[in-house]
Amino acid sequence: MAPSDEVFRAAWPVVVASTARLTGDLDLAEDCTQEAVERALRSWPAGAPDNPAGWLTTTAHRIALDRLRREATLRRKLPLLVEPAGGGDEPEPTDPLRLAFTCCHPALALESQVALTLRLVCGVDVPAIAAVLLAGEAGVARRITRAKQKIAAARIPFRVPPDDELAQRLDAVLTVVHLVHTAGHRGSRTDLRDTELIGRATELARMLVRLLPDEPEPRALLGLVLLTEARGPARTDSAGDLVLLADQDRSRWDRALIRKGLALTTAALRHPRRGRFALQAGVAGLHATAPSWAETDWPQVVTTYDALLRVWPSPVVALNRAAARSRLPGTDLTAVLREIDDLAPALPDYPYLPAARADVLARLGRSAEAATAYQLALDLTANPVERRFLARRHAELARAPDGRAVPVPRVR
Amino acid sequence: MARYMFLMYDSEEFWDTADEQAVAEVMGLHEEFMAAVRAAGASILGSEALERSSTASTVRRGEGGALVTDGPFADTKEALGGFYVIDAPDLDVALRLAKVCPAGNIEVRPVMETPDGG
Repeated sequence: MAPSDEVFRAAWPVVVASTARLTGDLDLAEDCTQEAVERALRSWPAGAPDNPAGWLTTTAHRIALDRLRREATLRRKLPLLVEPAGGGDEPEPTDPLRLAFTCCHPALALESQVALTLRLVCGVDVPAIAAVLLAGEAGVARRITRAKQKIAAARIPFRVPPDDELAQRLDAVLTVVHLVHTAGHRGSRTDLRDTELIGRATELARMLVRLLPDEPEPRALLGLVLLTEARGPARTDSAGDLVLLADQDRSRWDRALIRKGLALTTAALRHPRRGRFALQAGVAGLHATAPSWAETDWPQVVTTYDALLRVWPSPVVALNRAAARSRLPGTDLTAVLREIDDLAPALPDYPYLPAARADVLARLGRSAEAATAYQLALDLTANPVERRFLARRHAELARAPDGRAVPVPRVR
Repeated sequence: MARYMFLMYDSEEFWDTADEQAVAEVMGLHEEFMAAVRAAGASILGSEALERSSTASTVRRGEGGALVTDGPFADTKEALGGFYVIDAPDLDVALRLAKVCPAGNIEVRPVMETPDGG
């Protein structure tokens, strides 16, 4: 029986993390896990072991210890600071958590955190990471090497942070997972959805829920991921064109995923330590439960964004709030437009800002300005599916005479 | 334990107008910082305050030999004004201490471990 990808994916972080703990060397742990997987791919087709994860762990440990013995006299590398030190050959339940917290340490640049997490926790190879970060392969490889060197030289501890730091440090890990998911949802250079990447983000979120059962935010993130994914297939039509939330065929949404997502979200929203992912998931939940775009509970959406802005004052949240506010009956659209314009300096290369602006302008009947704003969004967008949508809107508005409001849905 | 150098960068304008009381306040903050270091199970291995960057001389080695110029190597708005060398269990402890170190900007650099340096 051929080993499935799933077996390797699930085992990867456990093997890397336990090998790193055992040897005090992230590089070696990564190499030996890769080597163990390659050996498995060669020998398992003849007969897979009963416990594939255990086989991979034992094999990686054996390769690592062999190499350490051979190179003992040559090694002058600073070992990884394992806290608390020790533990045996057996993988410990917290191993993958230690790995995630180390990869997402705030002393590392955010891009390095994402690259390290994808490589060491998810086992994604460098070319695929380069595609996610829209960067060159050599640059990504260098970034990963430097980050590993910093972890060793600066003595970033390989441990789960103590309780008084856990919430703050967890937020950094969740941010990275969410970025991976957003990158998958935003799509590759050719497609609107990168299901491989979405799968990795979902697995990471599940792992965090499993290993930190008392924390509300990993559940909230998993809820957000599932609610977003439930709409995934409806985001493109049969021609592969982008369909906005407003126009989506809601019967194509995955109801089972929505139920799971809502259960996680509701629990996280009721938790006394309600965080920003709970509120983000709350917005996704309001959309997922609305029978139609028109019947969406916009006042509640705006209220949730208000709460989100209080715990997470980010210009992207403020933009989303402004767009939601534009949907409230009787809203002064000119005031919303001013609000969006005020955010422009903080979001210079963010294509969704000119797109949101264009939408409001079109509804105000200012077609020429709306067309210009869509062109600006188009210039900032790389994904071909989104580009086709923006180009279509641009063409429609460039033709429309000013003064006549063009009925348009909201972007996304 | 690992050693870290805290390089303290600050605007020097403060010292132009600082009176005795202001200086005493800054000294008090350093005393508090040293107490925090001890409380964290870390220790201070060395520390100096530096004279103003306008008193610095820089020697640059070029093709024509060494050239002496007036002023600091990097002429920045915030100048290197002093340093601590701290012995701490890990980077998390070092960064926690850097947050209470009395300076506007603190670069935390691990000291290189050498086989005989300890």
